[in-house]
Amino acid sequence: MSQGVQVVGLYVHDQDEALQFYVEKLGFRVHTDVRNGDYRWLTVQHPEQPSFQLGLFAPGAPVLDAATAQAVREIVAKGAMPPLVFVVDDCRAAYARMRDRGVEFTQEPVERYGSVDAGFRDPSGNGWKMIQARREAGK
Amino acid sequence: MSADPVRVRQDPELLRRLLRAKDRMDASSHEEWPVRRLARVSYVSQAHFARSFKEAFGVPPHRYLLTRRIEQATALLRDTELPITDIAFRTGWNSLGTFGRTFRDITGQSPRALRARQKAAQHQLDHVPLCFLRAAQRPDLKIAVSEKRRRESAGKLTPVRSKVPRRTEVP
Repeated sequence: MSQGVQVVGLYVHDQDEALQFYVEKLGFRVHTDVRNGDYRWLTVQHPEQPSFQLGLFAPGAPVLDAATAQAVREIVAKGAMPPLVFVVDDCRAAYARMRDRGVEFTQEPVERYGSVDAGFRDPSGNGWKMIQARREAGK
Repeated sequence: MSADPVRVRQDPELLRRLLRAKDRMDASSHEEWPVRRLARVSYVSQAHFARSFKEAFGVPPHRYLLTRRIEQATALLRDTELPITDIAFRTGWNSLGTFGRTFRDITGQSPRALRARQKAAQHQLDHVPLCFLRAAQRPDLKIAVSEKRRRESAGKLTPVRSKVPRRTEVP
């Protein structure tokens, strides 16, 4: 694939904390981690998804002024950022594994019409749905 | 604190803990959630919790819980054949009467009428994860139920049917 979405970023409260969460608890790996003064471009990647990077960005200087950064931090901490979906082969197994690593689950796995979903948050408050898709005939 | 009702600055670390209390209500809305219990989840005093929660999320905690219970009940009415009495008890009400009254006050229709209407209007929404659809169908309770009752009896407000969005409005 040569065209398409390459990076989508999340705002996080603390980049070190987010890095640890996504790498150690979710199994992502670091793609890029570079600094320029106060600015840190940090992206992680799912091992099975080499064409996509998830950015973990801290709201603040030099991109945002202090008041805007504060507002963004509040919005993230209130869980008001848009939905995120993490697809897995086995939701219940992933749930057990992640819970044991200390992931904060907001919803235990629930089966709805053949698909299974659970909910968790990253340390900043970003909310994820973890979904095991329904297996459809022919797929 | 600012006089501007829209923008009260709050500590993100506090908000994150308040979110945890909100998440717990989401996960177990059928349980009892007195302020004492919620405050404990958020590591704040009871007085601080009630005020901070409303500032953060725009509604007092008990009213937020009501919307979640109605959302749950609406989903069970739509997706199951459970008797309405069972749905009332499963979603946290101690009496069928209170459930029916609160449900009507919030959604503008009785549980039975809503069930009939929802079943008639089933659409294919396979591409939207169900958990998000459900949130989109959460009742939007901006005023206290008692206030809503008062206004309705005074003839200032007719029951609003559109509190539960039509499924076709979800992208």
